Amino acid sequence: MEFYRSHVLVCGGSPCVAAGCRAVRVEIERLVREQGLDREVRVVETGCLGPCDQGPIVVVYPEGTVYHRVNMGAAREIVAEHLVKGRPVTRLQYAGELPSVSTADDKRTDYFQIQKRIVLENVGLIDPESIEEYIARDGYLALGTALTNLRPADVIETVKRSGLRGRGGAAFPSGAKLEFTARTESDQKYIICNADEGEPGTFKDRLILEGDPHKVIEGMIIMGYAVGATHGYIYIRGEYYISIERIERAIRQARWLGLLGANLFGSGFNFDIEVKKGAGAYVCGEETALIESIEGKRGIPRRKPPYPGTSGLWGKPTVVNNVETIANIPPIILNGADWYRGFGTSTSPGTKVFTLTGNVNNRGLIEVPMGITLREVIYGIGGGIPDGRSFKMAQTGGTAGGCLAEAHLDMPMDYESMQSAGSALGSGALLIIDDSHCIVDVACSLLHFFAHESCGQCTPCREGTTRLVQIFDKLRQFRATQADLDLAMELATVMLRSSLCALGQSVVVPLGTIMQHFEGEIQAHLHGKCSVGLCHGACDCAEGRPAENV
Amino acid sequence: MKSLDDLKKIKERAQAMTELREGKEDVRIVVGMGTCGIAAGARDTLAAIMDEINARSLRHVVVTQAGCIGMCESEPIVDVIRQGEPKVTYGRVTPDKARQIIASHVVNGQVVGNFVISLK
Ligand SMILES: Cc1cc2nc3c(=O)[nH]c(=O)nc-3n(C[C@H](O)[C@H](O)[C@H](O)COP(=O)(O)O)c2cc1C
Repeated sequence: MEFYRSHVLVCGGSPCVAAGCRAVRVEIERLVREQGLDREVRVVETGCLGPCDQGPIVVVYPEGTVYHRVNMGAAREIVAEHLVKGRPVTRLQYAGELPSVSTADDKRTDYFQIQKRIVLENVGLIDPESIEEYIARDGYLALGTALTNLRPADVIETVKRSGLRGRGGAAFPSGAKLEFTARTESDQKYIICNADEGEPGTFKDRLILEGDPHKVIEGMIIMGYAVGATHGYIYIRGEYYISIERIERAIRQARWLGLLGANLFGSGFNFDIEVKKGAGAYVCGEETALIESIEGKRGIPRRKPPYPGTSGLWGKPTVVNNVETIANIPPIILNGADWYRGFGTSTSPGTKVFTLTGNVNNRGLIEVPMGITLREVIYGIGGGIPDGRSFKMAQTGGTAGGCLAEAHLDMPMDYESMQSAGSALGSGALLIIDDSHCIVDVACSLLHFFAHESCGQCTPCREGTTRLVQIFDKLRQFRATQADLDLAMELATVMLRSSLCALGQSVVVPLGTIMQHFEGEIQAHLHGKCSVGLCHGACDCAEGRPAENV
Repeated sequence: MKSLDDLKKIKERAQAMTELREGKEDVRIVVGMGTCGIAAGARDTLAAIMDEINARSLRHVVVTQAGCIGMCESEPIVDVIRQGEPKVTYGRVTPDKARQIIASHVVNGQVVGNFVISLK
């Protein structure tokens, strides 16, 4: 293995690619060759480094110097000054700190100690296209250990004791899910990785897959061993081009090293993985609609029970888990359940990966221990609200999550506290909205999304979402009455009770929290007042047509 | 992949690739790369150091560069800092001398007395 005195990591996460990081990497590579440094300096495209709107980001090791918004001119300066002469270019340095960057003389502030990387331990640190770099960081060691030293029941027991719960939204205990499927007798079982990630504002699964694809593969194989499945599917959003490219490459590499295929680690256990691309319907993230889609049918949810754990893909027992849930499995098996329970709270152990978006200074990808408060995330990691504005609301968990107000800033972010506030931790979007936004406008936008994404199969959801859009568009035009609002809540409650899947069932979560925590502002709209001055008599709904005709 | 040992072998080979980014460091070697250093041949010295580290597959060694420290007549200047030991500054380090310093000081902890210009 060649020794390089310096490693230059260029962020290759999708947001950075959009900012032009590929061209920057190519330019740095060219300049390094031109300066005759190509045997001394290694240039690596890595996964997301976190602060997504600071891209392209470049980190130079061993110093751990972070450069942000690197353009072609900056790239030239970094090579000429830092790489050739050893003088970091202070002017181009990023003032913040990155959780993935650690150096020998680490003097990190407490702010960044609040981030804890388990799922993202390799993201932004390794070359996601190199299986060797993953192995160098103890990759596939959990799998090797499980296959050589543990029985399937031991694996399940460890996951159960770890307290891991599903990170895809529903928070179902992951160990129990494995156990159901393990106990169901069948000639064939399946593991499905849910990488559909349709929740607006969420892009953590994408960045996990892009930054550390092997961790997800390793997790799936371990789960397969635990339940006795030999085949896995990764159902991934079709427009996640980079994720698809990297995961497919990772699968080829794993096959080539005999980490996928027959007789893994000489144990007699076989496992292989196939990638299925989704076409971008929100409802196809719902596990049974997803299964229908893999089977080649229209992506609409099935009636439950039976649940996938006993009758899933092609009618066989199937474990469906979110990308982040699966990425937690290798570290849990490697370090044990007690280690995992050392993070987070006693009832919500571990960490949560969020995409922090909206009106905060530092937007991007973060991983924090469960139980951290919204205030720590927004004002600590997020660096506060920009433009001198103040905090208005945070929506946790994507469109289907609840809307929290200022009173909730010091509430711990864990499953129980979120539930008590009528919200959910959800999938991982954390949308921060400042006081320049009107709550009715926010509600309209959410409801339009649900109406658009409702698959139309069941009446409560199809009709309910449409009526809710009408009511809220009316409210925005100051034409709604208290009776309309009462009807809206009644509709949402009926949808909760009678919709076929969680799409219709969860509309009450954002709606209910908005009605409850922002009651005054909603009421004002009944009397022709919008405190922000956004709503007025005329229709300005997304479709631009009168609400009655929706 | 037939066994855990197979995996460990790959890991050992691969670790050199990521360690530099993990802040693991036993010895730091700093090469003066100011204009004076480069004019005195610091690039060749650096190349010799890199080559020697590679040939010996040394681990946890960090090689960085520094600017002019005001002792231009002693360039190329190389510092060797072993964790927990004082910084040793060597002067007029030719590629040959650099190889001796690696073999003696970096690997075995024996300072090469006659090349030293300062100790702190
Ligand atoms: C409309 C709808 C969309 C969903 N989208 C996703 C998704 O994109 N990703 C995901 O992991 N789970 C999604 N879910 C949740 C899945 O049905 C399922 O609960 C989850 O994949 C289970 O994995 P977990 O236990 O690891 O959370 C969605 C559910 C609904 C109702």
